[in-house]
Amino acid sequence: MIHFVVHEDGDGVGVVVVEGVKAGQELSGWIMEDDKDIRITARSDIPIGHKVALRDYKPGDTVIKYGVDIGKAVAPIAKGEHTHIQNLKTKRW
Amino acid sequence: MDLSKASFWGYRRESGRSGVRNHVVILPVDDLSNAAAQAVENNIKGAMALPHPYGRLQFGADLDLHFRTLIGMGSNPNVAAVVVICIENGWAKKVADGIAATGKPVAYFGIEQHGDHDTILRASKAAREFVQWASELRREERPLKDLWVSTKCGESDTTSGCGANPTVGNAFDKLYALGTTLVFGETTELTGGEHLVAARCRNDEVRKKFQFMFDRYQQVIERHKTSDLMDSQPTKGNIEGGLTTIEEKALGNIQKIGRKCLVDGVLDKAEVPSGSGLWFMDSSSAAAEMVTLCAAAGFAVHLFPTGQGNIIGNPILPVIKLSANPRTVRTMSEHIDVDVSGLLRKELTPDQAGDRLLECMLRTANGRLTAAEALGHREFVLTRLYESA
Repeated sequence: MIHFVVHEDGDGVGVVVVEGVKAGQELSGWIMEDDKDIRITARSDIPIGHKVALRDYKPGDTVIKYGVDIGKAVAPIAKGEHTHIQNLKTKRW
Repeated sequence: MDLSKASFWGYRRESGRSGVRNHVVILPVDDLSNAAAQAVENNIKGAMALPHPYGRLQFGADLDLHFRTLIGMGSNPNVAAVVVICIENGWAKKVADGIAATGKPVAYFGIEQHGDHDTILRASKAAREFVQWASELRREERPLKDLWVSTKCGESDTTSGCGANPTVGNAFDKLYALGTTLVFGETTELTGGEHLVAARCRNDEVRKKFQFMFDRYQQVIERHKTSDLMDSQPTKGNIEGGLTTIEEKALGNIQKIGRKCLVDGVLDKAEVPSGSGLWFMDSSSAAAEMVTLCAAAGFAVHLFPTGQGNIIGNPILPVIKLSANPRTVRTMSEHIDVDVSGLLRKELTPDQAGDRLLECMLRTANGRLTAAEALGHREFVLTRLYESA
């Protein structure tokens, strides 16, 4: 079963694609571009469609998805943690 | 799917273009003419009014865009014939003449010196003749390259970027190879990925024009924004769906133009492409505005990926919805034409998903109603550039 997908190798976040992911749950991931498998432990409850951090971030770190800069961490993010508006922000506008 | 010999059953119009619907449209030029247009729609079965709130005291580029959009809607090959109604005769004639240049039947009526009753009577007589004439037109087999296909996504979430949008991209790559005419847009929703679109432009001239349109829209945002735009871009729905930043949204958005297509040209809002290939159209990212601009530019079928479930339709342009979000497919199934959620479970390859969408597109072109058409979604929304005088 695939719990989350990652666009490409090197991305720092994955996308949860099933409903009901809970903190502590072992998650199986699929790196789509490279067709590789990856595993991670969720550290938060994560709704479907929301992102899971695949590494640790400190404030100011750039977050990469699709191999491209999608913004900066504005709070510490631990690997396996829900990554969204509470800890990630645009560098534009 | 081998598309090299693929065809669809369309209506061959006087201009040589092929349409997939056969509407007789009652087109008000201004807000004041909506009542008469809707009365004619009520009188004549098979006629469709396109009410809207604008058309008075617009000026300059905003007025040009108003006329371009109305004339474009009437000229779209999905429309068989048009009755134009305006408060006065001059602009009725201007819009009617613009549409008549395509060769299709057009009649126009001004309300002043007649009143609503007499206008409705005269316009209903013309509409009745057009409806009966159009009802005898027959579909003909047309090569797939004659089908103009537009795309824009809405209420996107992260499943859009990894499922539904790449499915459109796969379909666009296949259609592009046939020499089809394609368009994408949503200028502000390229923010953070604009360099990727610029890199896909066919040559420096196209790239310069794209950059001009992109920068022009960014200046509008800069001029009017009061905060960081996080309340609007991404939208509340996007954020609910897991999208966090405009860059992330843009990178998902860009998946719609596939991997092989080049950007062959750049259009201003509602401008008609002058040749085949993939066009970028400067446009709002609001769904109904952008899809209306595609309809006005002459596109005949629209591919609309959604994550959280945008339910938009258009009066004359069939809007095909696809989603890769299993929750949306489950909770909003009446709005979704193509379910590609299997992509995220590895049950469907991108190539199979693209084929599934193209198959639905061909059935739609041949006459099958989209979910939005069956549900009566007819969002006709004119883009405004600034205040009226």
